Amino acid sequence: MDSKLLNSKTWEKYKTQIALISIAIFVLLLFIITSPAVFLSPQIYRSFLSTVPFVGVMALGLTLILAMGQIDLSFPAVMALSGFVFALTYQLSGSVFLGMLACLLTGSFVGMLNGLLVTKIGIPAIVVTIGMQFFIRGLSNVLSQGSALNMNVGDNIFYRLFAGDLFGIPAQAIWFVFLSILLWAILFRHKFGEHVLFTGDNEDATRMMGINVDKTKIIAFMIMGGAAAFAGILDVFRMRTWWPTMGEGYLMMTVATVFVGGTSMFGGEATILGTFIGAFLIGSLEAGIVAAGLSGFWTRLIYGLLILVAVTIHTVMNR
Amino acid sequence: MGGLSWPLLVLGGGKIVDKLVEMKNIHKYYGRLKALKGIDFSVGDNEIVGVLGDNGAGKSTLIKIITGLHAFREGEMYIKGEKINPRHYSVKKAHQLGIETVYQEQALAEKQALWRNIFLGRQKTNALGFIKVKEEKEETEKVMRELMGFTGIGANPDSNIKTLSGGEKQGVAIGRAMYFDADLVILDEPTMALSLQEVDKVLNFIESIKTRGKSCVYISHNISNVYPVSDRFVAMDRGKVVGRYNKDEISLDQLNEELISVTKVK
Repeated sequence: MDSKLLNSKTWEKYKTQIALISIAIFVLLLFIITSPAVFLSPQIYRSFLSTVPFVGVMALGLTLILAMGQIDLSFPAVMALSGFVFALTYQLSGSVFLGMLACLLTGSFVGMLNGLLVTKIGIPAIVVTIGMQFFIRGLSNVLSQGSALNMNVGDNIFYRLFAGDLFGIPAQAIWFVFLSILLWAILFRHKFGEHVLFTGDNEDATRMMGINVDKTKIIAFMIMGGAAAFAGILDVFRMRTWWPTMGEGYLMMTVATVFVGGTSMFGGEATILGTFIGAFLIGSLEAGIVAAGLSGFWTRLIYGLLILVAVTIHTVMNR
Repeated sequence: MGGLSWPLLVLGGGKIVDKLVEMKNIHKYYGRLKALKGIDFSVGDNEIVGVLGDNGAGKSTLIKIITGLHAFREGEMYIKGEKINPRHYSVKKAHQLGIETVYQEQALAEKQALWRNIFLGRQKTNALGFIKVKEEKEETEKVMRELMGFTGIGANPDSNIKTLSGGEKQGVAIGRAMYFDADLVILDEPTMALSLQEVDKVLNFIESIKTRGKSCVYISHNISNVYPVSDRFVAMDRGKVVGRYNKDEISLDQLNEELISVTKVK
């Protein structure tokens, strides 16, 4: 009797994650059946480990924003601008460290602007960040005059830390795991994360208990900006170049990752494990579809289907 | 009922302050709307003050100023003898001064666990700000058993607020106020949306505030709930205090008539 009670409690607590893992296993099995040669060899998984983290890191930031009941659509442009600042600072100063610092500061600064416009002026986040998205993308185009920047840092310690390997595992994947754990700890074990969840749940109640809701929102937007900048750092290292359209195409994939993961738009709840699994699910889809011999035209259709199915399951289960 | 029961009230120079809260000529505007038009209001040592009035009378605005949620614009406010600068006053500061508020049930976050709701804003953390989850849950369990009257069934510290009944939610809010051992508990319409039995529990709680030597401001438009537990009454109408009564001078019926006459449109 006792163990049954425990089981039902465990199920209640983790049902979203269990559903998501089931979907992921189902999709993986489908890929293995349709193209066993590709999906039974380790190379494909190695490649996922180095490509998925760009979207994944931004999806972690977006999970925090959604937990707060807000939205950010500016991050792909922030990734581009921060990446530009990284490459430019490196070219001017010759210091990778300085470049990375400038990059992260740029991302957080744009995040702070988003947060200030949302909290102090009172514009809805979706409107602010659409505007900011155009502005920032435009700014990086104007500053770079539309041309790419070479970013060959050679094989130094920084390159190995952010684009190298550890025991055969791509550095990007290790960063993704590390940042996932860090964000989980912040969201569910740190008082800042508690403020984020309460703000997303009931803003008035949160204010009544003496929490500075505006400050919480601004910091969360800064973390989102910092996450986008970090994704920019990873991408610039990997490609050894910065290019003006960087981040384009990541917007919908990132949003889809978080929703497929099981975080809702309504705020007050979130799942980091869901986002983590969702990133690999979304990130592996295109390869799986192409490997199965379907034309690229199918990609979007299947993306859409997966998103709708996953979100339906999450919603029905949480009723 | 001596005014000396709180050593805290003996402030600088040995001066004894007999008022817990003292407000003089307080004004408050929301944009161009004048919500409070020169309010004098005080709460003494170990007394229960019932604040009565219709919706829009300014009751909630008044208490939001005391609890640090809103800043007043003109006038003076003293808490435990300390002059309050409205620009530096906040909910945190009010908590430090021993003022707790039990709002209508919306002051809890529905999707969050009970233990998080108890400690929000006053988390037990380590030096880096990480929450001591085990400690908070254990304390919550104690609060639930000893102060909220939860008796082992159904709810536990991990329960989400949305799984609780209206009365249980109010129990959480009251338990929180008791746990932090307030000198002044402010209750804003605490019996709205409660069953009769649950209303009784809230009234018992208010009486227990009195026996523990603490003070309470009880806001409601239900006079028959306020009357039996209060020591005196303050009637408000359209941003002004329109009547002050001691319980020993007025019966429930008289109070009822009084309120109707003072709030009549002139």
